[in-house]
Amino acid sequence: MSELEDMYSDLIMEHSMNSQNKKKLKDANYIELGHNPNCGDEISLQIKLNGDVIEDLAFLGHGCAISMSSTSIMIDTLRGKTVKEAKEIIKTFIQMIKREITDEVQLKKLEDAIAFKNISNMPARVKCSILAWRTLEDLLNKNCS
Amino acid sequence: MKKNYKKDFPLLQNLDIVYLDSGATSQKPIQVIEEIEKFYEHNNANPHRSAYTLSQETTEVYENTRRKIAKFINSKTSEQIIFSKNATESLNLIAYSYGFENLLKGDEVVISIMEHHSNLVPWQKITNSKSASLKYLYLNNNYEIDDEEIENKITDKTKIVGITYVSNVLGTINNVKKVIQVAHKHGAIVVVDASQAIPHMRIDVQDLNCDFLVFSGHKMYAPLGIGVLYGKKDLLENMNPFLMGGDMIEYVYEQETSFAPLPNKFEAGTQNVEGVIGLGAAIDYIEEIGYDNIFDIENEVVSYAKERLSKLNFLNLYITSNEFNHSSVISFNVKGVHPHDVASILDSVGVCIRSGNHCAQPLLRFLGLEATCRASFSFYNTKQDVDKLVSGLEKVYKIFSKYIENKLEGQ
Repeated sequence: MSELEDMYSDLIMEHSMNSQNKKKLKDANYIELGHNPNCGDEISLQIKLNGDVIEDLAFLGHGCAISMSSTSIMIDTLRGKTVKEAKEIIKTFIQMIKREITDEVQLKKLEDAIAFKNISNMPARVKCSILAWRTLEDLLNKNCS
Repeated sequence: MKKNYKKDFPLLQNLDIVYLDSGATSQKPIQVIEEIEKFYEHNNANPHRSAYTLSQETTEVYENTRRKIAKFINSKTSEQIIFSKNATESLNLIAYSYGFENLLKGDEVVISIMEHHSNLVPWQKITNSKSASLKYLYLNNNYEIDDEEIENKITDKTKIVGITYVSNVLGTINNVKKVIQVAHKHGAIVVVDASQAIPHMRIDVQDLNCDFLVFSGHKMYAPLGIGVLYGKKDLLENMNPFLMGGDMIEYVYEQETSFAPLPNKFEAGTQNVEGVIGLGAAIDYIEEIGYDNIFDIENEVVSYAKERLSKLNFLNLYITSNEFNHSSVISFNVKGVHPHDVASILDSVGVCIRSGNHCAQPLLRFLGLEATCRASFSFYNTKQDVDKLVSGLEKVYKIFSKYIENKLEGQ
């Protein structure tokens, strides 16, 4: 019960229902589509790079509160980071979800995205929380290696 | 003779849950579980293989169940009953062994937009590879297929029609008899997917006059991994085998093989005998309760569910208004909330429902929906189960309501 209420916190709900990051990005350099065929969640992630700095990110799409908020929070976390930093943070996020990293100090760089730490207690929702991060990881690996 | 049938289902006794996902798979009664246990303790051997008594007895149990199923769906003979893994495998068998062999360039296959992917994707594949075309029967605003649509879409070009008896998303009961009459008038054969129908209503293949009919055992209280294909004898006899291997042959030479007669021709390899035994026990169980009784109980619970859900003004319901055309499935959405969030919150209060596209993406796209919540009922469900669903949904709305209002204001 409390896990559930943790999950549907104000932070997550505001990001899922009223995200400022859900929009079309002008001058995006790359767009990557991500989807979970089993549940139908779909996002289109747009990125604007300035050299090796992620100047801006935005998304369009539809899905559950977990996938939408995770996308929006990821964008807030990674905006302004270098590609290298972003890859590190994505790796840490996925390791947190898989419970491979539990140390709060190491997780600090995730900023608000640490809110998804307990999603590993809801296995049915892990894929929702990870969708945007995997999509961005693919985008960066394809275009910024 | 009202009885609480939950008592027959050990899982529903062991767990404190409200199970509303019988459309995905039903729970299993003790009568089925014990029969399978008895089989392994007393009868287990490989049927059709050996000369010793035990194997002979296994063969007998296996073939007796085939006869039981034939009687259950009123098939003329038991050799028209083919065991498969599930409805999906039965449908693939028909698509490959009948469709692939018989379709010609320019022919048409007609299916309904409410087909499960298992009665859709194989036809896409076959029509593509044979340069035939795939056409759809669409729905009216009441989530039903009009007679007119059936008459317009099925033509002399149509060679195969695929139709689900009951929609796994909408619960709509299709006018399968009408589809069959029209198809036969044009010389087409009809494949009926009875997976969502057979747990709730009696199927009579001779009365329907369908050419093929398939179902899975696991939705009708039998184990997972056993399914049935019924076909008209002349069609089955003229079809090539689907899978090759042991037990489906007559003579095998180095370069050629002759095949066994029906039904063995379509049952390659050692079969799921435990599944067959369990399916036989499930049929006995259904017959003992009786379809009339099943209908009465489910009708009462589903009507009550519709009444209570329709009073929740934060829900959208996707069901036909014609109650005689509606079975035991209710799809709905909480306005502004994704079905997965609804399912997770219901799970937290012990209510199990399905959320997603229900293996029917073309239908959801046609309806303009991304996903739905689905509650599906069985005779073991009660009005109390419905009450728990409703209070769970009120909790969903409570958690989401202030954000939904903000969202609506922001638009």
